[in-house]
Amino acid sequence: MCLGIPGKVIEITGEGMARTGKVDFDGMVKDVNLAFVPDIEVGDFAIVHVGFAITQLDERAALETLAHLQAIEAVATELDPDAALAAEEAIARGDE
Amino acid sequence: MKYLEEFRDAGVARRLLDDIAAITTKHHVLMEVCGGQTHSIIRNGIDRLLPDHIEMVHGPGCPVCVTPLETIDKALEIASRDGVIFCSFGDMLRVPGSGRDLFSVKSAGGDVRIVYSPLDAVKIARDNPDREVVFFGIGFETTAPANAMAVYQAKREGLENFSMLVSHVLVPPAMRAILDSPANRVEAFLAAGHVCSVMGYEQYFPIAQQYGTPIVVTGFEPLDLLHGIKMAVAQLEEGRAEVENAYERAVTREGNIPAQQMVQDVFTTVDRNWRGVGMIPMSGWALAGAYRDLDAAERFTVTDIATVESPLCHAGEVLQGTMKPDECPAFGKECTPRAPLGATMVSAEGACAAYYLYGRYEELETAR
Amino acid sequence: MTLDSWSCPMPLRDHPTIVMGHGGGGQLSAELIEHLFVPAFGRGELADLADAAVLDTGGRVSFSTDTFVVRPRFFPGGDIGELAVNGTVNDVAMRGAVPRFLSVGLVLEEGLPMAELGVIVESMAAAAAHAGVTIVTGDTKVVDRGHGDGVFVNTTGIGILPDGVDIRPQRARPGDVVIVSGTVGDHGMAIMSVREGLEFESTIRSDTAALNHMIGTVLGTGADVHVLRDPTRGGLAASLNEIAKAADVGILLDERSIPVDRTVAAACELLGMDPMYVANEGKVVAFVPAGDADRVLEAMRLHPEGERATVIGEVTATHRGMVAARTPLGATRVVDMQVGEQLPRIC
Repeated sequence: MCLGIPGKVIEITGEGMARTGKVDFDGMVKDVNLAFVPDIEVGDFAIVHVGFAITQLDERAALETLAHLQAIEAVATELDPDAALAAEEAIARGDE
Repeated sequence: MKYLEEFRDAGVARRLLDDIAAITTKHHVLMEVCGGQTHSIIRNGIDRLLPDHIEMVHGPGCPVCVTPLETIDKALEIASRDGVIFCSFGDMLRVPGSGRDLFSVKSAGGDVRIVYSPLDAVKIARDNPDREVVFFGIGFETTAPANAMAVYQAKREGLENFSMLVSHVLVPPAMRAILDSPANRVEAFLAAGHVCSVMGYEQYFPIAQQYGTPIVVTGFEPLDLLHGIKMAVAQLEEGRAEVENAYERAVTREGNIPAQQMVQDVFTTVDRNWRGVGMIPMSGWALAGAYRDLDAAERFTVTDIATVESPLCHAGEVLQGTMKPDECPAFGKECTPRAPLGATMVSAEGACAAYYLYGRYEELETAR
Repeated sequence: MTLDSWSCPMPLRDHPTIVMGHGGGGQLSAELIEHLFVPAFGRGELADLADAAVLDTGGRVSFSTDTFVVRPRFFPGGDIGELAVNGTVNDVAMRGAVPRFLSVGLVLEEGLPMAELGVIVESMAAAAAHAGVTIVTGDTKVVDRGHGDGVFVNTTGIGILPDGVDIRPQRARPGDVVIVSGTVGDHGMAIMSVREGLEFESTIRSDTAALNHMIGTVLGTGADVHVLRDPTRGGLAASLNEIAKAADVGILLDERSIPVDRTVAAACELLGMDPMYVANEGKVVAFVPAGDADRVLEAMRLHPEGERATVIGEVTATHRGMVAARTPLGATRVVDMQVGEQLPRIC
């Protein structure tokens, strides 16, 4: 139910329910149905599941999420130092 | 691969793991509903890397595990018929019905074919006008628009030899059923990312509110999973019960409207029997009025199905998170990956299969 | 080589397709041998047309058989003929032997286009010449239409085993290093790319290749090679599991070091498959003492088939009989033996 892989749209033909295209996944090109992403354009990225683009991938959101995750620093500096200490002690005691 | 590999960065993953450990002050039980997430968790070892206080329970998130036994048996019966070409996703080939599976039907002479997309089955129907072509339309909401499109196209083209055996299941009713169970231990959910790409996540707000359960829409790569887990744990630690989106690049609140429209046209909501869990009201989709003539269950009247589930099998409790695989009396004895009694031991992301594998490994690792 | 470019020799042109008579032992059979097989596979023993070949081996032999039923018969990077020759050449070479002689058994379905057979036979001849082996005996049978799958090929091979060579799975021991000669998953995904219901466009080509020359160079370094295995059906995972069980050792891999072509990796992602379980037809896995790893790698990299040879793991004394892998995140995952063949999944 879940395998959806991001690929780049390289060709689009047809319209509406008959809108299809070719999506490139690192050199592997698959025919993909684009009926559910009517606004997608060549050069955009789609998430493809069982031969259908189920959504356009929001590249800006992707980069923002990555930047947010990459910015996570070594732990305790972000938190209340007392809470962090209590957490470590609780875990060391094996509290449920 | 772009927008995939970056979300597997080991350095960022380790920092996320440390972060999760730092904010965790007590034991929490989280459930991911989606089989693809379970697969990724097990494959990357995430459940073994998380702090001991975070317990991941693998939910009923894979059609392999929850497709009703009766439906599997119907599929096997139809696939065995002369003149039928039975098309299916690869996932379903080894699922045990009452005593056999699609593989054994194939070896007995049934024309069973694996396809990647339901449209491939429509093509097979076009190319073989003198054969009945049946597609096994299983899945959660993620796959429903694709299956609906196949039915829609076949009908428009007048492909009279095409039909679909439909068994779609829905996530929100399953979540409610789990939360309603008296034995429930799940405190927070990772909602299935691609289900939400299609459906959005509006439906989860009433659940979060009614049950006081945090729900975080989560993706599939290691960083996505850890990000979702961290947000869920933070909610639990802070006493919040909200719906949050940790998979923004692929999910919006309202979801994919054209896909939802297709699904509304072609399918109608019905009660569905989840294998191992039982009947959950209004938890499935079946073909709607105008498309009923493409319903394989009606086209092929299949009678005399006596479903036989092994009395030793506790897959249902495992799926709901109320029993651990190694607590099942048949685990590793009557039930092994080689000779599975239930779907959770067959599927690569089945909890029982995973436990079996890692249990054996740990045993050998410590035996010096 | 395409079907159009193959030119049909007289008198085979009278028969554009295989008929039952071609397997009957009479004139049609003789024509097939005289005008197709002998010209392709060479003079010498085969041309004597005796019931059996007599060979001078002068010592221990390595002897292997394999039957090829791949569908489709023609795929990016090769065909069933080339596969059949290379497959058996490699099996023989995996014991450290020098492959010399091959037999070919064909089961053809009535109605098979002669042009197709022609191209397959020429492929086999070319592969044999490249590998330095001679096809010395063979047999052809024809089955009724509908009772075969076009072409089934069996090849059986003999190789000469030099004195003192002892290469077999049981010799794997803790401390050994595990080397793979190149990228994994190419062949299986090349087949997938042309399979009905799963097709896709790509540059992926089967890696089918005869590995005996490369193995010869490796053994020529004097390295104490313990195990050689070509990871065909079931991929790297199946072969390593078999070796772990046979030698009662554990194997620990470093996932990040397993080479996978990026397009093969993408195709695996889309179909939900793990490259470790996908078939290879031109790769070898070698188990050697740690001290010999460098010279084995160097020897492999001298050959085009071994350009991307690299260390992927080691043999341990723990988790005996099981294969485990360190994931990029630092956790350990178990790489189990698959129950059946790996299938594409959507879930």
